[in-house]
Amino acid sequence: MRKLLLLCLALYSLTADAVIETYEFSTPELEARYQTLVQELRCPKCQNQNIADSNAPISEDLRRRLYQELEAGLSDDEIVAGMVLRYGEFVRYKPSRTGVTLLLWWAPWVLLLAGLLLWLGVVLRSRKARIGLGDKKDQIEKLLKDNT
Amino acid sequence: MRRLLLFVPLGLFAALAWFLFKGLSLDPKELPSALIGKQVPAFRATMLDSQQPVDQSVFEGEPRLLNVWGTWCPTCVAEHPYLMRLAEQGVKIVGLNYKDNDDKALAWLVRLGDPYEVVLRDPGGMIGLDLGVYGAPETYVIDGKGVVRYRHVGEVNERTWNGGLGQAYRDLLP
Repeated sequence: MRKLLLLCLALYSLTADAVIETYEFSTPELEARYQTLVQELRCPKCQNQNIADSNAPISEDLRRRLYQELEAGLSDDEIVAGMVLRYGEFVRYKPSRTGVTLLLWWAPWVLLLAGLLLWLGVVLRSRKARIGLGDKKDQIEKLLKDNT
Repeated sequence: MRRLLLFVPLGLFAALAWFLFKGLSLDPKELPSALIGKQVPAFRATMLDSQQPVDQSVFEGEPRLLNVWGTWCPTCVAEHPYLMRLAEQGVKIVGLNYKDNDDKALAWLVRLGDPYEVVLRDPGGMIGLDLGVYGAPETYVIDGKGVVRYRHVGEVNERTWNGGLGQAYRDLLP
């Protein structure tokens, strides 16, 4: 049992989920906003990482800028808008709900609905066909019975 | 009508194939610049050589290139001779010494030559950040009113100068 536990412990790995530098925020609320925003902003250099996970110099700069802007009292929307102005819509992991990015938000639901309708259509039709066949079966049986 | 419906899967396949085929020739590393058609963001910097203050008004008057470089960047070494050639042809180039050390940058310009009209210092990378720079070298074409017309990420060479980058610059010439 002890050995098993030891083995489990040895095989268990902890993932580090922290960035290199830390900032002292004046209020815990700012820090919470910082934590959400670093998750939502995408690193322009090392694509497919957010700026929290990336240790590229550019991400470091973006985190520093984010810290400064938060401390300067800018709202989340203003900060994100500023980043989009520099790097384009690309920089957001949570795209805005306007313009062409609406497609990203709605396409899955539209496709799901289309699939559902298609499925419903197929099911209804096959049921109808079966019912139709059922009627004919009765007729045939009746005819056979009458003839004998 | 029913017969036409049979072609729906073929249509879907064609659409998918077209998108996938397009995807083969797209470079995901090439980001669209958010600044095209907009003014160069306002900045305050100092010049590398004289330490004099300088701002976005350096771009007024004539079309210029803005070249983001650093001594730490291998591709910048590769493109330097071509920038020298462009400067000899009379192309005005503003340098942005991005996240670099002044002494190293000055030594580099002495050693390899100085193609720049003026070099702006950006040790903290904050001007670069406002421009949306995500890696050096990057070269911007900026018109005489300070409006960004083109952005090129990567090396400037014969091929890129004959392509979109040089074309954007030549379009601005009278």
